[in-house]
Amino acid sequence: MKSLEELRAIRTKMQGKVGVRAENENQTRVVVGMATCGIASGARPVLTALSDAVQEQGLTDKINVTQTGCIGLCQYEPIVEVMEPGKEKVTYVKMTPEKALEVLRRHLLGGQVVTKYTLSAAQKNAE
Amino acid sequence: MMPEIALNILDVAENSVRAKASLVEITVSVQPKEDTLTVVIKDDGCGMTPEQAEKVQDPFFTTRTTRKVGLGVPFFKQAAESTGGRFQIDSEKDKGTVVTAVFTLSHIDRMPLGDISSTIHTLIVFHEDTDFRYTYQYNEKSFTLDTREMKEILGDNISFAEKEVSDFIRDYLETNKTEADGGADI
Repeated sequence: MKSLEELRAIRTKMQGKVGVRAENENQTRVVVGMATCGIASGARPVLTALSDAVQEQGLTDKINVTQTGCIGLCQYEPIVEVMEPGKEKVTYVKMTPEKALEVLRRHLLGGQVVTKYTLSAAQKNAE
Repeated sequence: MMPEIALNILDVAENSVRAKASLVEITVSVQPKEDTLTVVIKDDGCGMTPEQAEKVQDPFFTTRTTRKVGLGVPFFKQAAESTGGRFQIDSEKDKGTVVTAVFTLSHIDRMPLGDISSTIHTLIVFHEDTDFRYTYQYNEKSFTLDTREMKEILGDNISFAEKEVSDFIRDYLETNKTEADGGADI
């Protein structure tokens, strides 16, 4: 069985290099809906994909991935909201891990909103 | 419906977090000899009155204002009861809530346990202010992960969201689960 002892080594290794990773105003917030509606439609893999990618690419200072409850658009779950400082919120709907990574690449890193996955695009298609 | 038991656990444990629990204890016990899979989610959150505890089992009750249905608890209840198991909520106002779901392990309608290690990992990493004590048991073998013990070792400055720590938590959960159940397909 694996024990918690390894954490001691991690602690020693990280001492000194750990700054306080407080949320700051310049951070982009990425929020995944994780209420019953979100979870049932597959939000967990979306959340995991996003937070893993942000960690692996060393973007945790710039991007903060968190979760939230139900925003009342259950039929569009999994939903990912992107809130960049000073910009209007972008709501991405019916996300999958693949689509979410595309949003990370093109929107969060590339600066281009991935219009085809947004709520307004989905609502237009439904008309 | 949720496709796996682990997602029901994730959903119902989120209720504990929203109930402002400081400690959420989650036990998953697989007992092939007794043909049961038991899930217990216990919290010290705000609790419910007997009337509320009755109402949350009704799909048309929710405390949310964003929608009119609350399916988390009903999904879990139905998933357990459809296997000939049972479902119970014991709650006391201002004390906390215990949700117990017993599944018949071999029942054809029992959904798979699913990725329980990811569920626990998600709960721990995304709710650092809440403590979790997770116990997984398979026959007599078991292991526990207690975030209070982790915090004691790590101190106050190292977040569970740090890659090294987050990876350790996932590895701990997965490795110890496989050792407990021998990689059984549950």
